[in-house]
Amino acid sequence: MKELVILSGKGGTGKTSLTAAFATLATGCLLCDADVDAADLHLLMQPDIRKRTDFQGGGVAVIDPQRCTECGTCIEMCRWAAIGPDFIVDEIGCEGCGVCVDFCPEQAIDFPVKTCGQWFISDTRFGPMVHARLGIAEENSGKLVALVRQQARQLAEERGLDLILTDGPPGVGCPVIASVGGATSVVIVAEPTISGIHDMARAIELCRHFNVPVMVCINKSDLNLDNSATIERMAREGGLPVVGRVPFDQAFTRAMVQGKTLLEYDGTGPAGVHLRQVWESILNISAMRAEK
Amino acid sequence: MIISIASGKGGTGKTTVATNLAVSVSGPVQLLDCDVEEPNAHLFLRPSIQETKTVNTPIPEIDLDKCTHCKKCAEICRFRAIAVLGDTVLTFPELCHSCGGCLAVCPEGAITEKGRELGVLEAGAMNGVSFVHGRLRVGEAMSPPLIRAVRDRTWADGLTLIDAPPGTSCPVIAAMKDTDFVLLVTEPTPFGLHDLKLAVEAVKILDIPMGLVINRADVGDDHVREYAHAEGLPILMEIPYDRQIAESYSRGEMFALALPEWKARFRELIEKIETMTGKGVGAQ
Repeated sequence: MKELVILSGKGGTGKTSLTAAFATLATGCLLCDADVDAADLHLLMQPDIRKRTDFQGGGVAVIDPQRCTECGTCIEMCRWAAIGPDFIVDEIGCEGCGVCVDFCPEQAIDFPVKTCGQWFISDTRFGPMVHARLGIAEENSGKLVALVRQQARQLAEERGLDLILTDGPPGVGCPVIASVGGATSVVIVAEPTISGIHDMARAIELCRHFNVPVMVCINKSDLNLDNSATIERMAREGGLPVVGRVPFDQAFTRAMVQGKTLLEYDGTGPAGVHLRQVWESILNISAMRAEK
Repeated sequence: MIISIASGKGGTGKTTVATNLAVSVSGPVQLLDCDVEEPNAHLFLRPSIQETKTVNTPIPEIDLDKCTHCKKCAEICRFRAIAVLGDTVLTFPELCHSCGGCLAVCPEGAITEKGRELGVLEAGAMNGVSFVHGRLRVGEAMSPPLIRAVRDRTWADGLTLIDAPPGTSCPVIAAMKDTDFVLLVTEPTPFGLHDLKLAVEAVKILDIPMGLVINRADVGDDHVREYAHAEGLPILMEIPYDRQIAESYSRGEMFALALPEWKARFRELIEKIETMTGKGVGAQ
């Protein structure tokens, strides 16, 4: 089974629109949305949710005012200043370390496990989809990403699907690290802006760090041809394949407004034609062709 | 006054708004780029960096001569960053949240703390704009402590602008918490609206006044405006989609410097926020 993860470093370069377009072109795949923090793939996929499961994160400290003697030990030991002078825990500030729980001489602090999101198994017109929703202002996004990817692999195996398309989160931090480990390959969607180039370079470095092969796709390529050439040069120097250039096309936004993938909306326009070539190139990359 | 610039969805124009605001206001201003995973503001401001400092987080170091393998440290650690196997003690620094529990619980005083590098903080200035950002070490997962290190540089008074990371989870909260106003930058598309709603919920939890900037205001549909109206969220500025603005962005230019009418509009934006918060730029 192969897993192709779509990343970018910078947000808004077109990860989700391209993932959705690839789903239209793949013949049988499982979709996985690993951007659990601000998931958008479902807006194009309109998934039919078949199974919904709570995601249990870590614990959160809760002080029982009946037992609390206001000795101040917890306030003193909390490195996140999450306990106020009124001995009420700021749930947002609480890191879930439980140090206050263990050191309270009155055992007045409970540590209930928090439900901090949900994950879903769904059906879409392109195949099954595993996705999630992390609660607002929650932690543990990396843990939820790892869970979603693990469930995606299990489901793909059950359904006999050979390919997982994973829409990744922006950045290079915790959820991105959880998105790349063990992937067959990563496609970095780069836009030809100086910030797009800067962030692509960091995303490539991250993939190298975790030994995952990378290919580069340039989106909105005609926005700045010099910068597009720079991206190609950087990829070449790093020994990374460039799977194509997709021109800027307002059809992406129009397709999104209708809840369609670009190829469903307009398969013959400039972006559509290039996207087909990009998908062919991706399938021809050695990592994707190798038996695994 | 501290204004954080956030969005939910990535790529809507947070850095564009933060940098153009910084160069438009009259008087001293500070820009803190708290998107430490992918800091971009420096690419536009091009500040001269005067200070570079490594930011560390404390992790345990175990003195095996003192350790009696009682396992209390492993038991208190909720993040499974310490394991005691027979007479070996293993630490997993990348799992450690630096809570200090192991250090406090060890009856032998066998645990001290050393630093694990999270990234670097760089500070400098450009034409009257004071600048600080953090750069997370690639491969490092824990960004909030680095964000807090950047936030520690917040001026006691004057105007501070915070460029926040995308999303709604812990790094965004670390960037927005205890700011006086959140400026949410969105675009009028289904993705923009969906992620804006998440961001609005996060700001409500933090109980901070907020307003919207709609970028690429003439693409997409009207649902963002309808939502803003229904929620009573003020739309403080609209920036149309303009190929020239997009191209100047691609080259790392700030359009308020090339187009004086926009500089005036960014000043008006600050004035509107001052009126809404009842705070002048000089007050905290």
